[in-house]
Amino acid sequence: MDKMPKWADVVLIPLISLLLATILSALVILGIGEDPIAAVKIMFDGALGSTYGWGYTLYYATNFMFTGLAVAVAFHARLFNIGGEGQAMLGGLGVAMACLYVPWPHWSIALLAAGVAAMLFGAAWAAIPAYLQARRGSHIVITTIMFNFIAAALLNYMLVNVMRPEGSMDPATERFPAAVHLPTLHELLAPLGIGFSKSAPANVSLLVAIAACVLVWALIWRTRLGYEIRAYGHSETGARYAGISPFRITMIAMLISGALAGLMAINNVMGEAERLVLNSTEGAGFIGIAVALMGRSHPFGVFLAALLFGFLFQGGAELALWSNIPRELIVVIQALVILFTGALDNMVRMPLERLFLALGNRRRDMGEGAPLPERKPTQPTE
Amino acid sequence: MNASATTPPAIELKGISKAFGPVQANRDISLSVAPGTIHGIIGENGAGKSTLMSILYGFYRADAGEIWINGQRTEIHDSQDAIAAGIGMVFQHFKLVENFTVLENIILGAEGGGLLRPSLARARRTLEELSREYGLDVDPDALIEEIGVGMQQRVEILKSLYRHADILILDEPTGVLTPAEADQLFRILRRLREEGKTIILITHKLREIMDVTDTVSVMRRGQMTATVRTAETNPEQLAELMVGRKVLLRVDKAPARPGRPVLEIEGLRVRDDKGVERVKGIDLTVRAGEILGIAGVAGNGQSELLEVLGGMRPGAGTIRLNGAALPLHGRGADGQARRAAGIAHVPEDRQREGLIMEFHAWENVAFGYHHDPAYQRNALLMDNAAIRADTERKIEKFDIRPADPWLSARNFSGGNQQKIVVAREIERNPDLLLVGQPTRGVDIGAIEFIHKQIVALRDAGRAVLLVSVELEEILSLADRIAVMFDGRIMGERLPQETDEKELGLLMAGMSGEAA
Ligand SMILES: Nc1ncnc2c1ncn2[C@@H]1O[C@H](COP(=O)(O)OP(=O)(O)O)[C@@H](O)[C@H]1O
Ligand SMILES: [Mg+2]
Repeated sequence: MDKMPKWADVVLIPLISLLLATILSALVILGIGEDPIAAVKIMFDGALGSTYGWGYTLYYATNFMFTGLAVAVAFHARLFNIGGEGQAMLGGLGVAMACLYVPWPHWSIALLAAGVAAMLFGAAWAAIPAYLQARRGSHIVITTIMFNFIAAALLNYMLVNVMRPEGSMDPATERFPAAVHLPTLHELLAPLGIGFSKSAPANVSLLVAIAACVLVWALIWRTRLGYEIRAYGHSETGARYAGISPFRITMIAMLISGALAGLMAINNVMGEAERLVLNSTEGAGFIGIAVALMGRSHPFGVFLAALLFGFLFQGGAELALWSNIPRELIVVIQALVILFTGALDNMVRMPLERLFLALGNRRRDMGEGAPLPERKPTQPTE
Repeated sequence: MNASATTPPAIELKGISKAFGPVQANRDISLSVAPGTIHGIIGENGAGKSTLMSILYGFYRADAGEIWINGQRTEIHDSQDAIAAGIGMVFQHFKLVENFTVLENIILGAEGGGLLRPSLARARRTLEELSREYGLDVDPDALIEEIGVGMQQRVEILKSLYRHADILILDEPTGVLTPAEADQLFRILRRLREEGKTIILITHKLREIMDVTDTVSVMRRGQMTATVRTAETNPEQLAELMVGRKVLLRVDKAPARPGRPVLEIEGLRVRDDKGVERVKGIDLTVRAGEILGIAGVAGNGQSELLEVLGGMRPGAGTIRLNGAALPLHGRGADGQARRAAGIAHVPEDRQREGLIMEFHAWENVAFGYHHDPAYQRNALLMDNAAIRADTERKIEKFDIRPADPWLSARNFSGGNQQKIVVAREIERNPDLLLVGQPTRGVDIGAIEFIHKQIVALRDAGRAVLLVSVELEEILSLADRIAVMFDGRIMGERLPQETDEKELGLLMAGMSGEAA
């Protein structure tokens, strides 16, 4: 029997976790002699109080949707892809090459080509750890972490030695041509008569990210491949019984995962920076892990969690700007949210499960289940 | 002590109740066991037998009720209390340290002093006395990992006796034993009874109850439904008390009419994951319209045989299905290829192999057959509605309860989980059905039903290869029996011309001639 109803798992636990993180953050702010209520107000005003704030919140959220989906897809095959950061960096390289070396007539075609390039580069970067896991049993957590470092070094080399324009001191490519400029939300909404901040970076990639959420949902729960990925994720012996090849699923799940992480580059590289700079990913690959955890690996959950983290990023930046709370403390607050919603999941889950067991709440489980981060040993029958 | 009073019961439980959340595992249970007797507790899986004994041994606290030992109200909070009250327990899964010797295991936790050496010497003397007294032969210096399960069980019993247990509880002790080992265990139990020990034997096997017990209690759904003297009851009555309705204990089937060979195995060799050869060159034929039963103690290569046939593991040798050779490794040797060739497979472990426990019932109905064109809406999407409709048909036909396609597999009872697997595989109408331990952890009512379905498939002219460690099941279901020992076939017998004794000898590796 399920320990608790589905709604408690997907709604109640994240909310309680969030509440705990908020309370603790408030205490930390109090501890350094600042006013937590005022801080919350600054964050809300800064992130959601204007179309400018929204523009940044949505821009960050777009990044996190891609990386969150990447982690989620791999998770369904019980693969822990920590390499989203590196895959997104490589995606940026793909975008930069597509945008710089080919003269595109229109941004839409450029977006298509750059998107494909980003996915190919990201997938390729995930393919090697995937192969090592599937064939050699090298643990994917270790290899994907190592590949993040290699990606950073590779990007460094490319920007310093290969793609840097002649005479520039900056380890960055030159600006992409104007033809590949992606429409911002301001430009997209203007024809509809909706005013939106001109200087905010949110752009058409947001729509691509939302489409990606829908497509990943369909992939996982409506296609045969998704069925096989989930079956393999739940039970490797089961997969062997059903004739589902572990090698094939490991490779495909990681390729899709890497492609999604790579695709993030259409937002941050093509949409915002419009050139490739060092450290363009800003840790979004790692945030994706927290987003996937909090979103229970469900694309809709990832969507919501990405919005939350977008809010935290933008609100945190505003807080650093408008209050005496130091920059480092904002990182602490963000880390607290990650800690509570991700790593300390069980801390909230276990008492809640006990509570529901005690209530004798026997509900039919409904909807689609997402895998838990850890393989729970099944009890053999006698 | 008052000489005129009769001796009090060794164990008396009064109104014991225990709930795990919504599950009422024990409900107002009272039980009284006279000293110097063997008392059986029988009941289906999940009836609450282990829970009751765990309460007696201090593993769980009862929500309500009292425990009286030898006429004294006793509080048992943990196993230390139980041991102090003279209770010993032999668990379903032994709790021995593999790389310790028998002697070290026996004194573990009861060293009696800080210095190991003198206590070892003392323990050795005590152990020798105990062995002699109760006829429990063990080599005190053998490593646990080097001795068989029968011997390990004796070590567990000695462990309890060493701690001065007068009351011994054995939870499903014969699950891992050959019939011969089980008989030996029963001899030991009788001997212990003669020496005045009180024994509680938990089992779901009717034959064992009839064999050794003096009295028997029946549990059903957390309640004690009856306590009777063994001499005054019979298996049919006990089965009815266990299940709550009349059940057919023997499989009702007409004689087989074997036809052409469907499965031919020649010189098959299989290695396990560690590279150890587990099937060492066997030849077998299964014909249309017959059930070939493979008997054997668990771990003698039967599992690997099924896995190779089901495409879960590579092998070497020759397998022909309907005359055509099947690949034994590489592409074309996986579960998909086997299903396409007409082999269906009810695997030995439904929880780890046959089902995805987190999947809904309907998702499990497609498991392994998820490539079936009937389950696809188009080139991209699966037709989940069609799968659910199919699931509802199978739920109805196989009387799967609860009749809810949306329930996760883990929320079905063992019997209904197995029915999902059996429905999925048998409804494919395969040329060859592989069945491993079809009724392990399955309640009697469902056993009857599953057996009927397997016989019906045979009667439809299909070939069935049945692997089971339950000799009774093999004897009543199979049309022909092959006994496997150490990766080889020790001999073939017809069920009407053999008995448990002869099969037991073959299972223990004695060749047919010696038997
Ligand atoms: N630790 C536990 N937590 C929750 N439920 C349990 C636990 N132990 C047993 N149960 C439930 O209690 C019931 C009785 O189980 P058990 O005593 O093991 O039965 P038996 O030994 O007769 O097969 C079953 O429904 C089982 O699922
Ligand atoms: Mg039990």
